[in-house]
Amino acid sequence: MSETRSISLTVNGRAVAADVEVRLTLADFLRQNLRLTGTHLGCEHGVCGACTILLDGRSARSCLMLAVQANGHAITTVEGLAPNAEQMHPLQIAFQEQHALQCGFCTPGMLTTLTELLRDNPDPSAAQVREAISGNLCRCTGYNSIVDATLQAAKKLREGVPG
Amino acid sequence: MKPPPFAYHAPSSLNEALQLLGRLENARVLAGGQSLMPMLNMRFAQPDHVVDINGITDLAYIRREGMMLEIGALTRQRDIEFSPLIAEACPLLREAILQVGHRQTRNRGTLGGSLCHLDPAAEMAAVAAIYGAELVIAGPQGQRTAAFAEFALDYMTTCLAPEEMLVAVRYPLWPAESGYCFIEYARRHGDFAIVSAGVLLRADASGRISQASLALGGVGAVPLKLDAIAAELIGKAGSPAVFATMAEACGDIDAMEDALITATYRRQLAKTLLRRALETAYARATGQPLPRHAQHRAA
Repeated sequence: MSETRSISLTVNGRAVAADVEVRLTLADFLRQNLRLTGTHLGCEHGVCGACTILLDGRSARSCLMLAVQANGHAITTVEGLAPNAEQMHPLQIAFQEQHALQCGFCTPGMLTTLTELLRDNPDPSAAQVREAISGNLCRCTGYNSIVDATLQAAKKLREGVPG
Repeated sequence: MKPPPFAYHAPSSLNEALQLLGRLENARVLAGGQSLMPMLNMRFAQPDHVVDINGITDLAYIRREGMMLEIGALTRQRDIEFSPLIAEACPLLREAILQVGHRQTRNRGTLGGSLCHLDPAAEMAAVAAIYGAELVIAGPQGQRTAAFAEFALDYMTTCLAPEEMLVAVRYPLWPAESGYCFIEYARRHGDFAIVSAGVLLRADASGRISQASLALGGVGAVPLKLDAIAAELIGKAGSPAVFATMAEACGDIDAMEDALITATYRRQLAKTLLRRALETAYARATGQPLPRHAQHRAA
């Protein structure tokens, strides 16, 4: 058993305080301690992108951070993207409509990564979408429908339509 | 629990960090974590102490003094990517950083972390070699500097003593009209480069090359400076034939071999990438249209 520290942070807008082992990764903290299992763990060494979360609004691999390093920061996971329990985020609606997921394993990382992209660049080209998700591996749907969904969501967001 | 047990330290000043590094046995510095965290998760690294320097925010800065660009070791790769100062003063660094990992890793990854980890394929190491960057190293006796060639000792091995820390990198800038190019070949965008090639060069009014600095990444344990080829280029007017001949000299470099990539393939890539990088850098230095293989790049 290694040492533990007290941390307090914001997760999906909610204040969280916990005692964690210092060697616990942020991904395991989210999944095991907070039971936010929407954040998926594939490779656990930064290659697959499934565990991507937003750290103070910037995308990051939650498997490549310690939970103690999130102390004082704001984390958004895939569970925090939808505005409320009845309504999905425009990206999530577009993913459904464009069949941008099959097994759904890569989807949380795709959605968080693309949330950052569309915030910084509301009108991306297909090539820019492809580059943005170059760090996210999908092994079943293929990327075309993910790109289509992103462009659809971007259009809806630009028009101010919720979904 | 993936990483092995360790004691965690989060100093808030450089002095505090140096005291910890001087006192603790088997300690590792944790910066952006994009290399050390995978090594901890896979237990390739088993430090007794992790010294997290992310709280030493005054080690993150980008500033220019005359023809010297200084970047703090804790500067995030993302901040280099989006710095207008770097885009203007050091476009080779910007072109290279776009090929470092992905947005998600550049948001966390730092310049100093990449240089200290010293992966043979690291773009930041190749750029430091091309510029002949100077590394500012802090230790218990104060600060010292090391040229990149002295810093990069061998495969993933720097000249840093256990009680020392990299704090800044200084790049002697080239004039604004210099040509530049950094290209690499990887199995997917952002993956480790199998081979990379970087070029800085200047040409006089008649189109003759007056200064050049070239390096290859990914072929050897540390970036391979091609000083003999750079010297050969001086005084020559650039042309596809000249650059093809020069790049052919990479055919006998000592290249690494691993389970996936043969040395022969690396040499072949080195020739092609160096030729293309020379053509693009020369077109930029002389204001000519970019070669067809580079037309997706910004002029």
